[in-house]
Amino acid sequence: MQSERERRFPGPRRGQLLFAVALLFFAVLLLSQTPGQTRWVAKTDFFAQPRFWPAVGLIAMAAFGALHLYLLPWRRLRRDDRAEARKWAAVVEYAAWFMGYVFAVPVIGYLPSTLVFVPLLARRLGYRSGQMMLAAVLFGLATVVVFKSFLSVKIPGGMIYEYLPAAIRTFFILNF
Amino acid sequence: MDTLLSSLEILARWDVILALVVGSVGGVLIGAIPGVGPAVAIAILLPATFSMDPIVGLTVLLGIYGSSMYGGAIPAVLINTPGTAVNALTTYDGFPMTARGEPRRALSLAYSSSFFGGIFSVICLMAFAPVLAKVAPMFGSREIFLAALLGIILVIVAHRGQSLIAGALAGFGIFIQTIGLEPVKYSKRFTFDQAFLSSGIDLIVVVLGLFALSQAFLLLTSDDEKIRTTKLRGGLFQGFRELMRHPRVAGVSASFGVVMGMIPGVGEFTAQFLSYTYAQKTSKRPQDFGHGSSEGLIAAETSNNAVPAAAMVPLLALGIPGEALTAMMLSVFYVHNVVPGPGLFQNSMDFIMALYLALLILNVLVVVFLLVATRPLIQVVKIPNRFLGLCVLTLSFVGVYSLRNSATDCIIAAVFGIIGYILKRLSLPIVPIILGMVLGNIMEVKLRAGMARVKEPFDFIDRPVAMILFLAIIAVLAIHFRHVLQDRKSLKEAEWQSKHRSTRFGALLFRRKGSLSRARGRKVKARHSTSYRRSTERD
Repeated sequence: MQSERERRFPGPRRGQLLFAVALLFFAVLLLSQTPGQTRWVAKTDFFAQPRFWPAVGLIAMAAFGALHLYLLPWRRLRRDDRAEARKWAAVVEYAAWFMGYVFAVPVIGYLPSTLVFVPLLARRLGYRSGQMMLAAVLFGLATVVVFKSFLSVKIPGGMIYEYLPAAIRTFFILNF
Repeated sequence: MDTLLSSLEILARWDVILALVVGSVGGVLIGAIPGVGPAVAIAILLPATFSMDPIVGLTVLLGIYGSSMYGGAIPAVLINTPGTAVNALTTYDGFPMTARGEPRRALSLAYSSSFFGGIFSVICLMAFAPVLAKVAPMFGSREIFLAALLGIILVIVAHRGQSLIAGALAGFGIFIQTIGLEPVKYSKRFTFDQAFLSSGIDLIVVVLGLFALSQAFLLLTSDDEKIRTTKLRGGLFQGFRELMRHPRVAGVSASFGVVMGMIPGVGEFTAQFLSYTYAQKTSKRPQDFGHGSSEGLIAAETSNNAVPAAAMVPLLALGIPGEALTAMMLSVFYVHNVVPGPGLFQNSMDFIMALYLALLILNVLVVVFLLVATRPLIQVVKIPNRFLGLCVLTLSFVGVYSLRNSATDCIIAAVFGIIGYILKRLSLPIVPIILGMVLGNIMEVKLRAGMARVKEPFDFIDRPVAMILFLAIIAVLAIHFRHVLQDRKSLKEAEWQSKHRSTRFGALLFRRKGSLSRARGRKVKARHSTSYRRSTERD
C-alpha cells in the first residue's frame, strides 16, 4: 500500500531512486575534481576566482541532490526501476541512428543521406505501407529543399558530389 | 509618435511581413500538433535565424511563441490533449463543451480569449514602455546580478514539490556554462585536456538536445494512437460576442498574465492558476468549472496568451530571460551583437516598439488564419506519434549541425537528448538547466563587475533598486520556507491520521500477548487491592 509520502510525490516512482543516486554520484565526482580542473589565481578577489562559479554550480548540485535523495520516499530498487533503466538504454539506439545520419551527411551529401535515412528509420519504426514510405520520402525532400536550398543553412556538400559532372557539381554542392 | 512611426518603418519590409506570416501560421501548426510545442520548433529554427536580420529572425521566433498557444487549443478542445503544455487547463472546460456537442463554441471562445489576452498585453506594454525606459538605466551590474539571482530562485521555488531537484538541475546548468576557457584569467575549467571542451558547451546545442532530441526520442518510443476528431459546422465568430459578456474575467485574467509574464521564472502556469481560481471564486456558477464553463475557458486562454509579450520585458529591459523560450531568443540577440538591457531601451526604443507592433499584428493574423483554416488544420492532430518523432529527429539535425558543422556538437546534443528523455520520463523539470546556464553566465559577469567597487558587504545593496531586489529575494525565500513548513505539517498530520496497526501475524501475536498481560495485571492489581484494603471505619 502507498504511504502518504509516496502519494504526494509528483511524478512516477519508477527510476526516481536510480536517477537521484546517479545525479549525486556525478556531482560528488565532479566536485572532487575541482582542485585539479580549475585554478586558484593569486591576488584575485574570491568572487572573481575562476574556481568560484564551477564550485557554486557543483555544490548546489550536490547539496540539493543529496537532500532530494534523502527526502525520496523510497530506499530500495525494485523490478520496475530496472525496467525503467532498460527503457533509458533503449533510446541509445535512436541516438545511434541520429549519429549515423550525422556522419553520413558530409560523405554522401545532405539530400541522398536524408532520402535514405528517413524512409529507413520509418521502416525500422514499423511503417510498411506505401503511403507512409511516400510521406517519409516527401518529408525528407521538403526538409532539404526548405533548409538548404531556400534558407541556405550551413550544411556542407557531400564528398560524393566531387564525382559529379562539372556542370551540375556546384549546383548540387550549393543546393543539396 | 515619432518612435511609433520609425518602428512602423522597421516593420514595413517584405522580409519582415513574410516572417510574420510564416511565424504565425507555423506557430499555429506546431501548437496544433500534440507532442511538438514551441520550444522544440524554436530550438530547431534558431540556427536558421542567425543568417537573418535581428528583426526578421526575432519576428519568426516571436510568431511561433505567440501563436502556438492558439493552435494548442485545437487538440485541447477537440480530443482532450493539450497541443502545448500551457493548454492543459483549456482541456478542463474546453473538452466537456465538445462532449456536450458544442465544439464550435469552445474553439471560438478559446480563439477570442487568446486574441483578447494577446492584444491586451501588447497594448499594456506599449503604454508601459516609456516608464521602463526610465527605470531600466537604474540597473547597474549589482542590480542585474540580483535580478538574475531572483530569477533563478523563482524558477526553483516555482516547481513546488520538486524544488530540491530543480535546485540541483539549476546547479548543473550553472556548472555546464563554466566549462571551457575562463574569459578573464584565461584558465581552463573542467576541460579534462580535451580540445572540444576548450570552447565550452554551446547553449543552443544543450537546448536542442534537451528540448528537440529528447522529444524525438520520447515520440519514437511511444505508441501511435487512433484519434477521432469532431466535425465542425458553422462559423467561429460567436466567441467574440460571448467574451464581451465576461469583461471582468477577461480583464483580470489578462492582467494576471501581464504581471506574471514580467516576473522571471513564473510564467503561464502561475498566471493561469491565479486567473482560474479568481474566475471560479467570483463566478455565479462555480460548480460549472471543470464541466464546460465558459468563464473557466476564458480565464485559462486569456491569461496564457497575455504572457509572451510580457515575458519579453525582463529580456529586453535587463537582458534576463525569465523562461526557456526567451533564453533561446537571447542567443539571437547575441549573434547579431544586439545586447539587450538598459542600453537597448535608451538607444533603440523604435526596435522595441517594432517588436511589440509585430506581436500585435501577429495576433490579428493568427485569428484571421484560424477563422478561415480551422477545419483543415484539425487533420494535423492525426499525424502518428512515431512518425512525428522521426520528423523531429530529422529537423533536429539541421539545428545542431548547421551551427558549426561539428559532429562533436551532435554527440553532445545526443547526450543531452538522452538526459532530457530521462527527465521527461520521470516528470522532472528541464527549464532549470537552461536558465541555470543563461543566468549563471550573467551572474558570473555581473558579480565580478559589481564587486569591483564594493568594500563592505552592505555596499552591494546600498542603492534603492538593489535594496528592493534584495528584499524581494528575502521575501520569496521566506514565503517558500513557510510553504515548505506548511506542507511538512500537513504531511505529518496526514501520516498520523492514516497510521494503522500492522497486520503481520507476528505483530498480531505480540499485541495479543500485550493485551493478555495487561488484563492479567489488572486482575492481580484488583485482587491485591481487596486483600490489603484497610478499613476506614472506626469501631
